[in-house]
Amino acid sequence: MSPWLQGLTRLRQYPSALAGLGIIVLLVAVAIYAVTAIPYSEARDLWRSGEAWQDLPTSAPPVWADRLLGGDAPRTIRVATDDVVMEQERYEGVRLQRATLPVEFPYGGFPQEVNLFVESQFDDRQPFVRLTWRTPDGEAIPLGARRVGESERISISQDRQLESRLGFAPQVGLFTDAAPGTDDPQVRQGTYELVIEAIQFEETATLDANLVVYGQVHGLFGTDHKRRDLAVALLWGTPIALAFGLLAAVGTTVTTLIIAATGVWLGGWVDAAIQRLTEVNMILPLLPILVMVGTLYSTSIWLMLGVVVVLGIFSAGIKMYRAMLLPIREAPYIEAARAYGAGNARIILRYLVPRILPVLIPTFVTLIPTYVFLEASLAVLGLGDPVLPTWGKILNDAQAQSALYHGHYYWVLEPAALLMLTGLGFAMLGFALDRVFNPRLRSV
Amino acid sequence: MTTPQPSTRPPQAAPGEPLLCAEGLHTHFELRQWGFVRVGSVRAVEGVDLTLGAGEAVAVVGESGCGKSSLARTLLGLHRPTGGTVRFDGTPLNGLSGRALKRYRARVGYVQQDPYGALPPFMDIQRILAEPLIIHGVRGRAERERRIDTALAEVGLTPAADTRRKFPHQLSGGQQQRVVIARALLLRPAMIIADEPVSMLDASVRVEILELLRRVQREHRLALLYITHDLSTVRHYVDRALVMYGGRIVEQAPVTDLLARSGHPYTEALLSALGDPDADNARRQREVPGGEPPSLVHPPSGCRFHPRCPHAMQGKCEVEPPPPDFRPRADHRVACWLHE
Repeated sequence: MSPWLQGLTRLRQYPSALAGLGIIVLLVAVAIYAVTAIPYSEARDLWRSGEAWQDLPTSAPPVWADRLLGGDAPRTIRVATDDVVMEQERYEGVRLQRATLPVEFPYGGFPQEVNLFVESQFDDRQPFVRLTWRTPDGEAIPLGARRVGESERISISQDRQLESRLGFAPQVGLFTDAAPGTDDPQVRQGTYELVIEAIQFEETATLDANLVVYGQVHGLFGTDHKRRDLAVALLWGTPIALAFGLLAAVGTTVTTLIIAATGVWLGGWVDAAIQRLTEVNMILPLLPILVMVGTLYSTSIWLMLGVVVVLGIFSAGIKMYRAMLLPIREAPYIEAARAYGAGNARIILRYLVPRILPVLIPTFVTLIPTYVFLEASLAVLGLGDPVLPTWGKILNDAQAQSALYHGHYYWVLEPAALLMLTGLGFAMLGFALDRVFNPRLRSV
Repeated sequence: MTTPQPSTRPPQAAPGEPLLCAEGLHTHFELRQWGFVRVGSVRAVEGVDLTLGAGEAVAVVGESGCGKSSLARTLLGLHRPTGGTVRFDGTPLNGLSGRALKRYRARVGYVQQDPYGALPPFMDIQRILAEPLIIHGVRGRAERERRIDTALAEVGLTPAADTRRKFPHQLSGGQQQRVVIARALLLRPAMIIADEPVSMLDASVRVEILELLRRVQREHRLALLYITHDLSTVRHYVDRALVMYGGRIVEQAPVTDLLARSGHPYTEALLSALGDPDADNARRQREVPGGEPPSLVHPPSGCRFHPRCPHAMQGKCEVEPPPPDFRPRADHRVACWLHE
């Protein structure tokens, strides 16, 4: 059996390796799901669009967090005219359309906002719409009347007149029976109704309305300040983080190893040049250079990846590999290979490099999360990719919106947990690999 | 690219010309300070003349540090000679490069001292033996496997299929050395250079390996350059022996002649140091010259052996190096003023 297979079989003896591998498999599965469920360009557009998110609440924590703390915060309720029967009465020259949208409200808290999205089609004359709110005990609160355009948002909770009439902010006043001005109004649970009466002046004109009573909580992961569902960013952050970490780790270790081996094998001025370049490169600060590139040129994640790889080629790793390769260079089997005619490239790639692969692979595995963290740090510093949602960008948004100050812990903890999980998975696997392939670390 | 011919190539040298011929060969290693200031040089090989006929087995004997391994590596083209010429099969090796050098390497097999070190530990035997074939353009997996099996059978590692799948650490020292010999034979060379091939093996397998070398050497009519520090392993396995001291050949003769009637005081010292398996020897004081092997950085003047020589002649030996061709007998050459 080859030593590689033996090593992998031995890996089974380390529970931490299996746990790490499990985490990595999970992350990879999530990444594959993300890219298949939401294609790259779609994810990019989705994250940047405002319209896609208009019926989600702002900065809403995940549902489970609220329920876990014993809360009863409302979820978002959407009712559309398409879901109910539209009554129609004809008069001379006009039609009266009436729709009653039921709002079942069983929650213990008030909604965040109430908006009505109206879309209508007409040739010339705008429909005239009158809205009435009916409480569970039949009280009717007029919400005003107006002409509506082709696509309009009626922000009921922003209505100042209504607010002064109710004595509360509309999203509170509409859902309580407390006297106006009460300090601590209680929710009245039950079924509310929004009655929409529209006067149409044209025979073919249509009207569609969509009532959104915004909850205080949303979904599994919550939303951010732009109503965007964090699930999308957390999901799509996975393939980006893994791809960045893996490509950066491969890009730096493989090139570093081959350059170190070339220097060791050829020696002389080639080796000297590689060593001096490495020493100069080692004192170049990576993060400030990345910040500079990001500020002056572009913060595209792929450009950042390129800079990381280029600066990582002549890294301290060269010194380490060189120290490991120097004794191997003198091994008799390499002299034998020269004697039967192996060329320089063959000796470097087939005789020198394989000897240090066992040491390289654990290093490589533990290197992946460091690059994942680097990408996140860049994003936190505001150098995240301008279009792609990543874990780091969630953190950056959270920081910019003072999420912790406002008590939106989920906003910071979710991406942080994923980052830590990634680090943990690769670290556990890497350390186990190190013990398998590095016999000196193995306990007897 | 040309594939090596599948049959044993008969040596192409002109009649009368030996297969390998070195003249005035020098190999020096420069000692440098700070990487570029020359502060001296190690004169590992200094003015060696050597001929090796096709199918001839020759031993080079000398103590460690006498330059015999450097000589082997220079002849293999692993070190560039500082001076002198080497001709193989009529072609000078100096300045040979690229394909010509590769072709030369296919015709010379190399057997090293440490069999475990000589085999890459991360390759299995199949891979190890396939490497030279791949490098020299033997196409086709089946053809390579056929030749590997033949070579393994030839060195007595049968069944070959079992051995092919093993890794070097799964073989004994003797088996490892057989793999090394099989590798040296794979490309059907005209010459094999064996540098201390048995000194790291158990005494029990030394004879087997030496006999194997002798057998393949005779069967394929190979030239064999057998490098050793141990005169006792020389007698039955080579035709001719050369004694090397301080980078120079001090004596050369047919092996029986050399062992029976050595001409150089150093050879005598080597012969008297040969062990007899007798416990009494431990207490017996032998006439072994004291002192250290000569420094190759600052070699003694004149005859390199004179500081340790019991017969050194004042005013002669330390002044002028003896020419290498005093001939006590027709095919016996000694570099010693005693034979002037």
